[in-house]
Amino acid sequence: MNYHWNWGVYLEQVSSGDERYLDWIVSALGWTVAVSMTAWVIALLLGGVVGTLRTAPNRWLVIAGNAWVEFFRNVPLLVQLFIWFFVVPEFLPAELSRWVKQDMPAKEFFTATICLGLFTSARVAEQVRSGIQSLPRGQKMAGLAMGFTLAQTYRYVILPMAFRIVIPPLTSEFMNIIKNSAVAFAIGLMELTFISRQMIEESGQVFESLLAATILYTVCAFAANRVMAFIEARARVPGYIAGAK
Amino acid sequence: MLGQLDFSIVGPGLPFIWIGLLFSLKLTLVAMSGGIVLGTLLALARTSSKVAASRAAAAYVNTVRSIPLLMVILWFFFLIPLFTGAPMGAENSALITFTAFEAAYYSEIVRAGLNSVPQPQRFAAAALGLTKIQALAHVVLPQAFRNMLPVLLTQTIVLFQDTSLVYAIGAKDLLKAAEITGKNYNRPVEMYLFVALIYFSICFCLSTLVKCLQKRIAIIR
Repeated sequence: MNYHWNWGVYLEQVSSGDERYLDWIVSALGWTVAVSMTAWVIALLLGGVVGTLRTAPNRWLVIAGNAWVEFFRNVPLLVQLFIWFFVVPEFLPAELSRWVKQDMPAKEFFTATICLGLFTSARVAEQVRSGIQSLPRGQKMAGLAMGFTLAQTYRYVILPMAFRIVIPPLTSEFMNIIKNSAVAFAIGLMELTFISRQMIEESGQVFESLLAATILYTVCAFAANRVMAFIEARARVPGYIAGAK
Repeated sequence: MLGQLDFSIVGPGLPFIWIGLLFSLKLTLVAMSGGIVLGTLLALARTSSKVAASRAAAAYVNTVRSIPLLMVILWFFFLIPLFTGAPMGAENSALITFTAFEAAYYSEIVRAGLNSVPQPQRFAAAALGLTKIQALAHVVLPQAFRNMLPVLLTQTIVLFQDTSLVYAIGAKDLLKAAEITGKNYNRPVEMYLFVALIYFSICFCLSTLVKCLQKRIAIIR
């Protein structure tokens, strides 16, 4: 093992400009957090809707929901990312296509966010569906018997319970979305993985570069875990979820 | 644009893509078999009464699971040559990385499987005079593996999809082969769509099979 450690590298100037490596890392962390959080909001909204529709008493809605989930779950994330980045713009109307290819600001950010959001929405939808189906059937029947419409039953009886039940599995999806955001390096988004590779090339300090990114990913995933644990504790239905696990 | 799609290049590109697909499959099979063996050892260490062994296994599993796979791929790619002294090809590096990485995920599945075997089964085995190892090999593990078979296979489908990430170190897997073909023939759009279709067909068939298997196992039990 002959490796020359240089812990001061973070404060050194990058060879291609007047920034320090630390500035690179901080801005990369910003992109990673921005992509993960925005994608998470998309995933929760879409996943909640699709997962609910998959339990609806309508065959076509169920089929559409299942197709959504199967499509996003059976193609690798990296391939999906390339499709959003290279293929989808080709199929847009001519004007829009040109704008996306040439003028769109922060194109990498929006592509990565949409891709990651839809990818994760399929996983969230799967959790929400199994959460809803894990409720005793009597709850829905009781709601309907009280004179609620189906929509009201979902709104006031089923969903408030189901969303609380799925918080633990959603916690790991939240942590996954942060880890999965690493693939965005492949389309050139300057997030942590991209920057650590860049830093390896410029400074030659392989392990300092990888270590910085690795630690920041771990910290982010841990923070996500704590936030979800806090929400889980606050949203707990007394005497219900505590016994389930 | 839709009318301009030209899939005729898929034919001449096929032999090259086939080689890429073979590497993806090889990587999946090696990482699966290696990962399940190592993962079983990790799970046994984790559930053992030796505190040091169980802490070490837990530390390994939790660390690996908290880091993005892409980062692990890069770590191994740069770390291995440091130990062996010689640069290692991207393909071999990927084989080692995926085995080590998947072992952590498989070990969590095996651990749940071990816990799913009722404790009295172990007592019964001990009462019959089986040693601990005999009890594991003939009583606990066969039942545990049967219970966790669907989950192990589902994880393998995830693993197959994740092999596309070797893109980061330039190993020539299915995705990379398709990308190169697309560049050579100047038809990247068609090749990305084609490769997505291959991944989708394989994963969809496998996950449908797993669902059938799950039903059969559930009924017999």
